[in-house]
Amino acid sequence: MADREPILEVSHLVKHFPLTQGILFKRQIGAVKAVDDVSFELYQGETLGIVGESGCGKSTVAKLLMNLEQPTSGSIRYKGEDISRLSGRALKAVRRNIQMVFQDPYTSLNPRMTVGDIIGEPFEIHPEVAPKGDRRKKVRELLDVVGLNPEYINRYPHQFSGGQRQRIGIARGLALNPEIIICDEPVSALDVSVQAQVINLMERLQNEFDLSYVFIAHDLSIVRHISDRVGVMYLGKLAEIGTDSQIYDHPTHPYTQALLSAVPQPDPEVRDSRERIILSGDVPSPANPPSGCRFRTRCWKAEDRCAEEVPLLAVPERFAKADTGVAHPSACHFAEERDVVHV
Amino acid sequence: MSIEMTKAEVPGVPLLEVRDLHVEFHTRDGAAKAVNGVSYTVDAGETLAVLGESGSGKSVTAQTIMGILDMPPGRITGGEILFRGEDMLKMSEEQRQRIRGDKIAMIFQDALSALNPVLSVGFQLGEMFRVHRGASRREAKARAIELMDRVRIPAAKERVNDYPHQFSGGMRQRIMIAMALALEPDVIIADEPTTALDVTVQAQVMDLLAELQRDFQMGLILITHDLGVVADVADKIAVMYAGRIVENAPVHELYKRPAHPYTKGLLESIPRLDHKGKDLYAIQGMPPSLTAIPKGCAFNPRCPMAQDVCRTDIPPLAEVLENDGGPIGGRSSACHFWKETIHG
Repeated sequence: MADREPILEVSHLVKHFPLTQGILFKRQIGAVKAVDDVSFELYQGETLGIVGESGCGKSTVAKLLMNLEQPTSGSIRYKGEDISRLSGRALKAVRRNIQMVFQDPYTSLNPRMTVGDIIGEPFEIHPEVAPKGDRRKKVRELLDVVGLNPEYINRYPHQFSGGQRQRIGIARGLALNPEIIICDEPVSALDVSVQAQVINLMERLQNEFDLSYVFIAHDLSIVRHISDRVGVMYLGKLAEIGTDSQIYDHPTHPYTQALLSAVPQPDPEVRDSRERIILSGDVPSPANPPSGCRFRTRCWKAEDRCAEEVPLLAVPERFAKADTGVAHPSACHFAEERDVVHV
Repeated sequence: MSIEMTKAEVPGVPLLEVRDLHVEFHTRDGAAKAVNGVSYTVDAGETLAVLGESGSGKSVTAQTIMGILDMPPGRITGGEILFRGEDMLKMSEEQRQRIRGDKIAMIFQDALSALNPVLSVGFQLGEMFRVHRGASRREAKARAIELMDRVRIPAAKERVNDYPHQFSGGMRQRIMIAMALALEPDVIIADEPTTALDVTVQAQVMDLLAELQRDFQMGLILITHDLGVVADVADKIAVMYAGRIVENAPVHELYKRPAHPYTKGLLESIPRLDHKGKDLYAIQGMPPSLTAIPKGCAFNPRCPMAQDVCRTDIPPLAEVLENDGGPIGGRSSACHFWKETIHG
C-alpha cells in the first residue's frame, strides 16, 4: 500500500475546545483536548474504520475532515493540498469531493422538504454537476442506485422507514460524485435486520464508484466487516492502527484487547470459552487527561513509566521484524500480543 | 384472595406469567395492534430474554406488566398477567400499586431521562424506603448509601448528595439498578438496560446485573434487540415479531439451530468479530406497519421460505421436536415449516 499516494493524509491533527470562565471578560481556564495529535492516511477505494467509545474524539475527527471545524494545529491533505485552512471558492471546490453520511436518519433530513429536494439540494450549490433541466432525472437515478423506487421522488421523509431514510442520506452523499465519504455511525440507529441491507449497499456503491470511506462507528463487528484498515481511538489519540486482521487477530494495545473482549458475542459457545477483560472505571475527562499514556488509569499493565512518558504510535521495536500481524503501530510501552477474539 | 397470600411461594405456579396478552393503540390510521397474544413465564432465579426489533411489541408487553402503559391511546384488549398465580389486571389500583415497585421493578434504558434532574440521587433512592417502607429521612439516606455500595459506586458516602448529571452514563445506570433493587423485588424487568452505554461499560453493568440477580434469586426479564447481550446472560429466549412470539428456546439451542426463518435471518445478518466474512446476509424488506399486519404469518413478505399457506393461515406456536420426533424441551416455533428450518 505504501507505493500508492494517499488520497487523504492527516498529520498531527489537534483540536482543542477552549473552556472559558466569566461573562464580560472571558478568560480561558483550560481546554477540552478532543483530538490530540492524530495521524493517518486514506487510500483510494479503501475503507478506514475508526472505533472508540463516546468522548474519544472520533466524531470531532469527522467534523475536521469535513472542514466543519478548524483544527488547532496539524494538517489534512487532500491529494497533497492542505484543505484545513481553505476558505471561499477553494473550499467549495474541495467539499464537492468529500461528502458525509450522518448517524441519525431521523434528524439529518429536513422534514419539510421532499426527497427530490433533499437529494437535489447539493446541485443548487454545485450547479456544474447537473444542469438545471437535468436534475430531476439525476435524482431519480440516485434513488435507483440506492435501491429506492424513483417514483418516491415527491414523498416526504416521514413516509419512509429508518433504513429507507438512511438510503436517502446516502443518495444525497453520492449526488456530487465525491471521492471520499465520511460516515459517522451510519447504521447504529437502524434495526439489526435493516443494518445488513445498508452495509451491503455501501459496499456495493464503493465498488461501483471507487469510493473511499472513513467509517466511524462504535460497533466493532460491523467495523471489521466493512473496513480494510482500522484505527482505535482513546481520549483523543489513536491507540493502535492496522489492517483489520492486524487489529482483530493480533491486537497489541491493552485498550484494544479490552474493547474487543467486551463485545457481547452472539454465540453462547464462544461466550463460555473466551476470556473477558473487564475494565474498571470510566473514561477520564478529556479536559483533564492523565499524564503520559492516557489509558494508564484503567490499564492493568501500567507502571511508573506510563505516567511520565507518552507512548508514541509506532511499530513496537520488538515486533518490527515479526512476519505475523503483530508488526503494526501501537501506542503502548508494553505492547504484547493477546488474542481475545478467537476461542 | 387477599394480597398477603401472594407473598408466599405457590408450588407449581410460575413467579410471573403473561397469558395471551393483547394490546392495541388507537391511531389515526386505525388500531395499531402492538401485542397480539403474547405468553411467557419467568421463574425465580431465571433470566428470560425478550428479543425483538423496534415495533415488535417487546417494550409494550413490559409496560403493560408494570402498569405504566399510557391508556389511552393504549388499550388492553385481552389476556392475563399472573403474579404468583393472581391476575394483576383484575386487581384494584391499590393492590396493583403494592406489587409494583415492591415485587416487580423496572430498569429503563435511558437513565438520564428516567432520573429526576433536580433531586439528588440519594433522595431518589431513599424515596423508595420512605414511600414503601415508611422509613425516616435519616434511615432512608443510610439505606441509599448501602445500595450505592452494593452496585459498586465508588465513594458512595460522599456522592449520595450528588445530582444525576454529575455521574457518568455507566454510574447512572448503576443507580437505576440500585433503585430497582431497593425493595428486593421478586421480578426485575430491564428494558434495554445497556443500549445507551459504551462497550466496556456495558460489560461492567451487565455483569453486575447478572451477579445481583443470582444473589437475590430474582426473575429477570431482559428486553433487548442485541443478540450479543442476550447470549451473554439469558437462560431462555423469546423472539418477537410484529406483536407475536415467533420462537421460544433455551439460549444455546436458539443460536445453534434456530427454528424460525426470522431468527435464522437475524443470526446470519450480524457480522462476526473473529473473521471478516463475505457479503452479509440481509433479510429483505422491513418490519410491517402495526396498523396493517400482513395476512397469515406476519413475516411472510420477507421470508425466503414462504408458501401459499403462509399467506393465508397464521402459524400457531407449535412445539419443536427432534428429527425422530423426540422432545427437545422448552422449544416452540410459530412457523408452518419449522421442521424444514431446524432440520434443514
